[in-house]
Amino acid sequence: MELVEAIILAVLAASTPLLIAATGELVTERSGVLNLGVEGMMIVGAACGFAGAWLTGSVFIGALFGVVAGALMSLVFALMALGLAVNQVATGLALTILGVGLSGLIGAGFVGERITPAMHLYIPVLTDIPLIGRVLFGEDGFVYFSVALIAGVWWFLYRTRAGLILRACGDNHVSAHALGYPVLRIRTFAVMFGGACAGLAGAYLPLAYTPFFIPGMTAGRGWIALALVVFSSWRPGRLVVGAYLFGAVTILQLHAQGWGVGIPSQFMSALPYLATVIVLVLLSRARSGGSTAPAALGTVFVPDR
Amino acid sequence: MQAHQRMLDPTPNGQHSGDSPLLRTIGLTKRYGDFLANDAIDIDIWPSEIHALLGENGAGKSTLVKAIYGLIQPSAGEIRWQGQRIVLSGPSEARCLGIGMVFQHFSLFDNLTVAENVALGLDGKESFKDMSARLEQVSKTYGLPLDPRREVWQLSVGERQRIEIVRALMQDPKFLILDEPTAVLTPQEADQLFIVLERLKAEGRAILYISHKLEEVKRLCDTATILRGGRKVETCNPRRETAASLARMMVGGEIKEVKAASGRKTTVPRLVVDDLSLAPADAHGVRLEHISFELKGGEILGIAGVAGNGQDELFAALSGERLAKDPGTVVIEGIAAGHLSITQRRRLGAAFVPEERLGHGTAPRMKLSENALLTGHAASGMVRRGFIDTAATLKAVDRATETFDVRKAKRDPEAASLSGGNLQKFIVGREILRSPAVLVVNQPTWGVDAGAAAVIRQALLDLATAGAAVLVTSQDLDELAEIADRIAVMFHGRLSAPLAASEASREKLGLLMGGSSLEPKEAAHAAGA
Repeated sequence: MELVEAIILAVLAASTPLLIAATGELVTERSGVLNLGVEGMMIVGAACGFAGAWLTGSVFIGALFGVVAGALMSLVFALMALGLAVNQVATGLALTILGVGLSGLIGAGFVGERITPAMHLYIPVLTDIPLIGRVLFGEDGFVYFSVALIAGVWWFLYRTRAGLILRACGDNHVSAHALGYPVLRIRTFAVMFGGACAGLAGAYLPLAYTPFFIPGMTAGRGWIALALVVFSSWRPGRLVVGAYLFGAVTILQLHAQGWGVGIPSQFMSALPYLATVIVLVLLSRARSGGSTAPAALGTVFVPDR
Repeated sequence: MQAHQRMLDPTPNGQHSGDSPLLRTIGLTKRYGDFLANDAIDIDIWPSEIHALLGENGAGKSTLVKAIYGLIQPSAGEIRWQGQRIVLSGPSEARCLGIGMVFQHFSLFDNLTVAENVALGLDGKESFKDMSARLEQVSKTYGLPLDPRREVWQLSVGERQRIEIVRALMQDPKFLILDEPTAVLTPQEADQLFIVLERLKAEGRAILYISHKLEEVKRLCDTATILRGGRKVETCNPRRETAASLARMMVGGEIKEVKAASGRKTTVPRLVVDDLSLAPADAHGVRLEHISFELKGGEILGIAGVAGNGQDELFAALSGERLAKDPGTVVIEGIAAGHLSITQRRRLGAAFVPEERLGHGTAPRMKLSENALLTGHAASGMVRRGFIDTAATLKAVDRATETFDVRKAKRDPEAASLSGGNLQKFIVGREILRSPAVLVVNQPTWGVDAGAAAVIRQALLDLATAGAAVLVTSQDLDELAEIADRIAVMFHGRLSAPLAASEASREKLGLLMGGSSLEPKEAAHAAGA
């Protein structure tokens, strides 16, 4: 029992940064922009988040630092890919390289330092329920926030007019422009939301996952988040399922090594990507028409004036 | 049709209801760099008027309506709405004033529902539920049935246009702009649209109607303004003009009559398609079902039909872009070719001109000589032992240029730098100069100016006279009537039995294009003709 609870807790902790980062990227991609710089924005978010928490002693302010850092990184992307209409794939990859370097620079002074990690919720009686108590009522604020975030994004995309306009930009930017919507401005907001989420997801790592900062600590989670968005076929509901599934795989991979299961850990690490490929194949076979990806995804748009 | 013919009483110019125009542009000018897209255009639009805007591609029609709809800012001149000068910052402001627009290339979102698409065209002041209810009401009132819950990609072209029109009508516009609304409709669908437009006119709304189809303009419109090269040429009453005189004003000169040589003889079958069926290549594609026809040398077979009924798929199957399972389904010059590649089919004497000029017919960023090589390498001696004979490719360009009057800035420019008409003349010329036994051509004059279209049609006729078999797919019924010997109609991936051109009335073709079958007796008779 104890082990099951421990595994569930570990899965939740491992899934939360994936869920937050992927939620942001989902919104970005739904507006028609492919920002491959998630890993870079996350790692800068991690460094700045830790710096903020270490300097102020507050995890909350640290998280805010992470959010702002991620948003600023994404603004660089927006200026290039939207303002100057540079190729989005190239810009996103460059952003990751920039982020990895920048985080090393920012975080250099903080390596080896420790902070008090984010508090976990404790409600007497409820939290003490065996098995589910700590899972439901004993998490840190990030976990609850991530669930609220994806629910909010679902509500925004499918229940508000602004969300409809954002989806419209992702489907056909020429039409959206012809109807008078400011495509580039909407996309800039979507990109910055994605950056803020990536920054927060990165900050989660040194603020809640492990209470210290090490360079390169995102360890490819940004790429998994990108795969996750594709895996979800750009739908918030499937994104939640995918995030916990991918999180479970990463935990499973650690335990499998511990148990001495004869599956190479590299294969386990590759599982999320493999799952994404399989889901893509299944989706394209199952759907009789329409496209699953936002039709304008990754295409450059220059309005004529 | 007769019902609304009666309503058309020709209003003499100058007698309009109300004393000031609803919309007036004064010296409207739009400059892109050195290029004047619109040069001091004055136009008056009155209430209860259907006003045609005529002109060739590049005459400045789109630029003008974009400025009126607030999509672009004029460089000089002004727009007056009900006597007041207005400066529009964007389409939503235009919509607020009561200006609506139906785009030629629909501004729809394929993966959103009909209701969501309509909501995006409105200003969002009512709830989605109220809006949906009103949508059903408007679509019922004007006889434009729509299911609000369906996603756009599932709908036909005619239904898509209905969405655009309903969306515009839901804003209760005083002034509606329609950009080539009938280009993609069957004649019957177009008649339906005209009834709606007459009704809107009777309600006191003004309509600006952009079209290429002069007969349609003569029938529907009260006033016509003709643009040429960015300038206004004339404003006239189209009912007092002939189609020829309108065309002269558009082109600025006479258009050469296309003449078929008399006594064209048909020879042996050169292209035979026998029970060709093919699954669609992608999710949005059309399945080809049991297509059969026989095309003899010296004959032009026209394939009519609304776009998206399998014409592209048929082209791909004939050209070898997609291979048939059974080689015997496509026979070129007596040889089963269904399994052969494009190059092998070219070696048999076939040539192909696809619909899309840039990206399919030519590689846009490559020079004309390189583009000549791309389709000519198999059969025209431009390649010697694997090396390109540059002189030969340039000669091919020069020959096409001279024979088909291709106008270009230098000897060998990039394909993308040519205008649509000139590029199409080059592509058709490139294929015809290889003296093919079989030419398959898809939408030969789509988006091409009238002068170039006449040259291309004449070239197709001459090729048939020289003994080649020519298959022309076109949405333009007038074009097919002009050049084809027989006309078949494509609908939902099936091909009707060909009708002799003399028997293929617009009504018959329209019925077939809409999916109805002719009387069995008649169809059998036509097949035997």
